Amino acid sequence: MKVCYFVSAALLAAAAIPASAAEISDGKVKIGILNDQSGVYADFGGKWSVEAAKMAVEDFGGKVQGVPIEIISADHQNKPDIASNIARQWYDTEQVDAIMELTTSSVALAVQGISKEKKKIDIVTGAATTDLTGKQCSPYGFHWAYDTHSQAVGTGGSLVQQGGDSWFFVTVDYAFGYSLKEQTAKFVESHGGKVLGEVRYPLGSTDYSSFLLQAQSSGAKVVGLANAGLDTSNSIKQAAEFGIVQGGQRLAALLFTLAEVHGLGLQAAQGVVLTEGYYWDRDDKSRKFGQRFFKRTNRMPNMVQAATYSAVTQYLKAIDKSGTDATEAVAKQLHSMPVDDAVTTNGKVQADGNMVHDMYLYQVKAPGESTKDWDYYKYLATIPGNQAFLSEKESGCPTAAQ
Amino acid sequence: MSEGTSDMAGPSPRETAAGTPAWPEWTLVGLAIAALLVAPFLVYPIFLMKMLCFALLACAFNLLLGYTGLLSFGHATFFGGAAYFTAHAVKVWGWPPEAGILLGMAGGALLGLVMGFFAIRRQGIYFAMITLALSQMFFFFCVQAPFTEGEDGIQGVPRGMLFGVLDLNVSLNMYYFVLAVFLIGVFAIWRIVNSPFGMILRSIRENESRAISLGYSVANYKLGAFVMSAALAGLAGSLKAIVFQFATLTDVTWQMSGEVILMTLLGGIGTMVGPIVGASLVVGLENTLATSGFPVTIATGMIFMVCVLVFRRGIVGEVYARLLKRQGKH
Repeated sequence: MKVCYFVSAALLAAAAIPASAAEISDGKVKIGILNDQSGVYADFGGKWSVEAAKMAVEDFGGKVQGVPIEIISADHQNKPDIASNIARQWYDTEQVDAIMELTTSSVALAVQGISKEKKKIDIVTGAATTDLTGKQCSPYGFHWAYDTHSQAVGTGGSLVQQGGDSWFFVTVDYAFGYSLKEQTAKFVESHGGKVLGEVRYPLGSTDYSSFLLQAQSSGAKVVGLANAGLDTSNSIKQAAEFGIVQGGQRLAALLFTLAEVHGLGLQAAQGVVLTEGYYWDRDDKSRKFGQRFFKRTNRMPNMVQAATYSAVTQYLKAIDKSGTDATEAVAKQLHSMPVDDAVTTNGKVQADGNMVHDMYLYQVKAPGESTKDWDYYKYLATIPGNQAFLSEKESGCPTAAQ
Repeated sequence: MSEGTSDMAGPSPRETAAGTPAWPEWTLVGLAIAALLVAPFLVYPIFLMKMLCFALLACAFNLLLGYTGLLSFGHATFFGGAAYFTAHAVKVWGWPPEAGILLGMAGGALLGLVMGFFAIRRQGIYFAMITLALSQMFFFFCVQAPFTEGEDGIQGVPRGMLFGVLDLNVSLNMYYFVLAVFLIGVFAIWRIVNSPFGMILRSIRENESRAISLGYSVANYKLGAFVMSAALAGLAGSLKAIVFQFATLTDVTWQMSGEVILMTLLGGIGTMVGPIVGASLVVGLENTLATSGFPVTIATGMIFMVCVLVFRRGIVGEVYARLLKRQGKH
């Protein structure tokens, strides 16, 4: 028996030596970008997010702590079961260290659940739900870019200060739409604005004429579109046909980015007010990043793609600083390090995993105002990070409260 | 299509020896089961479980389309609905997984009873449209009902302990449980198809007026088949909810109903093995193409076109037809 103990102790000691010598598991840092690359969100994040991640790796020098960094990607086709299958496979058999992007709430929540169970890091840039850093938060899960709260505060609150003090909502008829509308209405009212009315329409509608006519005749200064994806694009297109913006009303989209503006064209999207965390033509730093991204992909990034760059960079910095890719250590580092890179300025990660940073309110230019390619936005206001995002206490994240 | 159906109406090799399957076939079935038993050591188990869930769904669908001749465009309702029921029962009420799955299956059957009650009154395209309309109603119910949590879906469903002893969090335990349920499901379908009840279903498929004139209450038989198919589709959905630990809107969309049709057509309508092959193919493609950078929808669309143009009986149907031809020559 004694021999047995001795041998096992010796073996343990032997095993411990290489483990401490090689701090990076499998001699490689592998990051998986999992998002929709062929469906409705293909431009929202898509392949461009993968490019942004690759760019971050190249900017980092391709190596961290002397080991190579690898980016792999997959198209989850907006199906949580495919996403979940791939995420598990990546963690179990392909030595993936972290999964990022994760467009669509159902996918993000599912993969964050798996990551939590398997003690792996996930950084969401493509999904909106505040649950990711709220009820379903994970000690190893992070939310970059934006959430429904930041969109509501940005567009709802700041627009009132810009004179848009009476609102009419066109809301998609299910939980997501209600919560977006309610949060926005709350900020409209707290800033002294009024909500004149609301009309609800079924998800996936193709004809918005009666809803938009109601909004038009309400006389509200702002028509708020509490919807997402294809619905937002369709309603904006039809609002342009009814001349809502030309009639003096403002159109506020609560979830709309540069990629969708580009898709619709300025003729249809002009006058829409929206909130984004990144716009290329904001300052020198963002212009430099935007132009480098443009050289690779022939398009400017939106906040999701830019945030993916930021998330990958920050993750690599955290590994570099802690000298290991062990989840606990890296998560601790991510929670404590300030975020300051080519995309984000003065970012800070809360205990609930939410990366708090400034958001910006923009208005889409009219075709005449645009002087060059991708010159789409007019700056309206800055929403400071501590107002744009829920604090740790408000988030409802159980681990953050401890 | 008439040529295709008359071919399918002919005896498949399975039925040649007066209803009893020939010995080589049993050997093949045994080999297939053996392969499934060792599969998790070679292929990623979660992927296999997903394949089995969809294969069971396609088999359940085939019971209706292949053996009764009813094209339902609403099977996502039973599949996704059952997933929601199971997820809710297990997560919120804290039920054990086996009870949750039975509840999901019962829920699927109930939804099938309601949908079937309305749909079987019409035939052909009208039947398909009624099932589509009702399943869209169910989709919008799921979008709005608070218990489904909208587009976030019910997440983090615990797998729990099967019968209080077997820990389903262990991948292999989960796999063999799924495999067992799958085999029971497919065996049930095989029994149904080869029973007198199944013969009557087939006679309805071939010539409904003649079945009526022979004195069968066709409506009741159709409803019976519809409910059985819905219950088995529900069983597949419930299993999937436990395997993936969530239930989301994806499974109740009309695209899911379409996908099942695609699986069954690809594999071969009216064959026992066809839907299993078709489901494996579609699920496998979705998974392998996901990391390839090639648009998945284009690939499946092209395969479907090739299938419709070149081998209209589906993969397995075509193999059967070739075998029959060869037997005829001897």
